[in-house]
Amino acid sequence: MSILINKDTRLLVQGITGKEGAFHTRSMLDYGTNVVAGVVPGRGGQSAIEDRVPVFNTVKEAVQATGANTSVIYVPAAFAPDAIRESAAAGVPLIVCITEGVPALDMVATYAFVEECGVRLVGPNCPGLLSPGQAKVGIIPGNIAVPGPVGVVSKSGTLTYEAVDALTRLGIGQTTIIGIGGDPIIGTNFIDVLTMFQEDPETEAIVLLGEIGGDAEIQAANFIKAHVTKPVVSFIAGQTAPEGKRMGHAGAIISGGEGTAQEKIKALEAVGVSVARQPTDIAQLIKEAMDARAVS
Amino acid sequence: MKLHEYQARALLAQHGIPVTGGGVATTAAEARTIAEELGRRVVIKAQVFVGGRGKAGGVKLADTPAEAEQIASQILGMDIKGLTVEKVLVAEAISYQKEIYLSAILDRATKRVVMIASAEGGVEIEEVARTNPEAIIKIPAHPQLGLQEYQARELAFAIGLTDGKQARQFAQIATALYQTFVKSDASLVEINPLVIRDDGSLLALDSKVLIDDSALFRHPELEAMRDTSDEPEAEQLARAADITFIKLDGSIGCMVNGAGLAMATMDVVKLYGGEPANFLDIGGGADKNKVRTALEIILADPNVKAVMFNIFGGITRVDEVARGIIAALEEVPTSIPLIARLTGTNQEEGLRLLAESQLIPATSLAEAAQKAVEAAKAAA
Repeated sequence: MSILINKDTRLLVQGITGKEGAFHTRSMLDYGTNVVAGVVPGRGGQSAIEDRVPVFNTVKEAVQATGANTSVIYVPAAFAPDAIRESAAAGVPLIVCITEGVPALDMVATYAFVEECGVRLVGPNCPGLLSPGQAKVGIIPGNIAVPGPVGVVSKSGTLTYEAVDALTRLGIGQTTIIGIGGDPIIGTNFIDVLTMFQEDPETEAIVLLGEIGGDAEIQAANFIKAHVTKPVVSFIAGQTAPEGKRMGHAGAIISGGEGTAQEKIKALEAVGVSVARQPTDIAQLIKEAMDARAVS
Repeated sequence: MKLHEYQARALLAQHGIPVTGGGVATTAAEARTIAEELGRRVVIKAQVFVGGRGKAGGVKLADTPAEAEQIASQILGMDIKGLTVEKVLVAEAISYQKEIYLSAILDRATKRVVMIASAEGGVEIEEVARTNPEAIIKIPAHPQLGLQEYQARELAFAIGLTDGKQARQFAQIATALYQTFVKSDASLVEINPLVIRDDGSLLALDSKVLIDDSALFRHPELEAMRDTSDEPEAEQLARAADITFIKLDGSIGCMVNGAGLAMATMDVVKLYGGEPANFLDIGGGADKNKVRTALEIILADPNVKAVMFNIFGGITRVDEVARGIIAALEEVPTSIPLIARLTGTNQEEGLRLLAESQLIPATSLAEAAQKAVEAAKAAA
C-alpha cells in the first residue's frame, strides 16, 4: 500500500507544455503514472507529449472529461496560486504544487480556500510524491526508489533523494516518498503525513527529514510521542548553518537562537527517534529499528 | 529582504502610522541641516543591519544642531560588528509615558498573518515571551477578509488601553500596520516601541520590516530600497544569477542543488573534519551558465582549497551541470582539486562528459566529502 497516490491515481498536469512541465510529464508517464490530462488555457483540444496526453482549457473540463483525481502544478510562481485555486474549486482531492518562489501571502489566502474546498494541497516548492512501482507525481527520480515498507517525509527535495537512494542501496524499499516543501506556508505538514503513515498498514517505519528554521520538527516530535508507534528515523540539515542567514529555503533560517538543528535533534531524540549524523546513515538506522521490532 | 529603520518608518508613514519627524543623512552636514529643521533635541541612530546598535555606541542624543553634526561625524564611518555605518537617521527625541509593542508576522502554524501586541514594549518580544508570556496577545487576521476592525479593537483592550480615544488610535495603527504588511508582501512588520506620549497619543519610535523575497518581483519600489553595501560582492553576483550563496569561513567550496542537500553537504564536510567555505544552492533546473557562474564565485574565494560538487539530479539534469563545469574550467582554469559526486537525471551522459576532465569522481556524498577534506588538508 501507499499514501495519497497509487495505481488508481488519475493525474492532470497544470502547465504541461512548459519546459519543466513537459520534461517531467514525460518522466511521470515513463514511470507508468496514469497521466490523463493536461491543462493549458488556450490550448484546449490539442494534445501534448507526442499525443500521449489530451489538453484542456480548464481544470473543470479536464476533470469532467477524464475523472482526474490528482493535479500537479508546474506553472511559474506568479500563476501558481491561481492554478492551485482552480484545481481546488474543481474539487480535485489532491493538489501537488512543485513551483518554487510563490509569495507567502498568496499562500495564506490560497490555503484557506483549499481548506474550504475540502481538498489536500502538498507544497508549494516541493518535489512531490512517489509511491514506488505505482505512481510518480512531481519530480522525484523514479529510478532511486523501490517498493517496500518505509514511508519517507521531507521538507527538502534533493536531500530526500539522497536518503531514499541510501535506503534502496541497503535493500530497503519505500511505501510512499513525500516532499512537503520548506516554505513558511505549506499545505501538508509533517503531522498530516505522520498520521497517514501511522495508519497505513504497509508502512512499517518512517523517515523524517527536517532542516533548520521554524518549529515543525518540534511539533512532529510532540506528535510522535503521543500518536506514532512505528519506529521513526530522522536527519536534520543545517547543523553547521550560521544564525541569521537564510539557507536557500524561505523557511530555513535560524533567528534569535530559535529553529536550530541542535534543538530539533534534541526534541526528536527525547521521544525515541533515532537521528542520523549524515543522510546515508538513515538507511542503517532504519534497518536496525526494523530488525529490533521484528525480534520483539 | 530587510529594510533599514529609516526605510521602514517611511513605509509606515505612507500607510498613515504616526512616526517622529526626521530624515536620513549620509554626511554630518546633512545631519546638522535635519536637526536645524526639526529645531529641537534629536536622536542620531546608525543605520546598519545589526542588533545592539545602542550598546555599540551607534545611537546618541544631541541637544543642538552643532552637537548633531559632531555626533553624526562620530557615528558615520563607525564600525559596528564588522559593518561600516554609511547612513544615520536623525529624528526628534521625544518624551513619553509608556512603551508598548505591536507587530504583524506570517505564522507558519496557523497559516495566517498574526497580529501581536504587548503592553510590555521596548524590550525584545522574545524576551517577553520567555519571562511573561501572558503579556503577549496574538490575534490571527482572517485569511481572506484581512484584519477586522473589531479584532484591532480587541487587541487594544487586551493590552489594557481602556481609554476609548486611545484604543481607537491604537486600532487605527494596528489596521494600518496590517495594511503595510499586506501591501508590501512583508513577512514581519514590527513597531517596538510604540509609545504613549504625555498627551496620551501614540507614536511609532522604532520599527523593523522584512519583505518576503519571493514577492519582490511585484514590488520594484521595495527592490529599489535594497542596500547591498554590507553584502559581499560574491553574494550580489550570485543573487543576480539566481544562485543562493552564503560565504562561510572554511576551505571547502561546495556546489549543491537544493537547499536541504546543500545544508546536509556542509554538515557532512564538517563531520569528516573539514570546514565548508560556503553554502551554495544552484536551485532546481540549473543550466550550464548558472553552473559556470557558481563555480567562478566559489573559485574567487582565496580560502578555497578544494571544491566538491554534490548534484542529485531531479529537475536538474546531470549532463547540464557537467557541461557547465567544463565550460567554467575552460574560462577559469584552476589547479584546485575538484571532487564531483553527480547522480540522478541523465547521469550517464553527465559522467561520460566529465570522464576526460580533471574532476575526481566520487560515488557517494560521504566519499566526496572525505576526498574533499583530504584534498583541502593536503593543499593547506
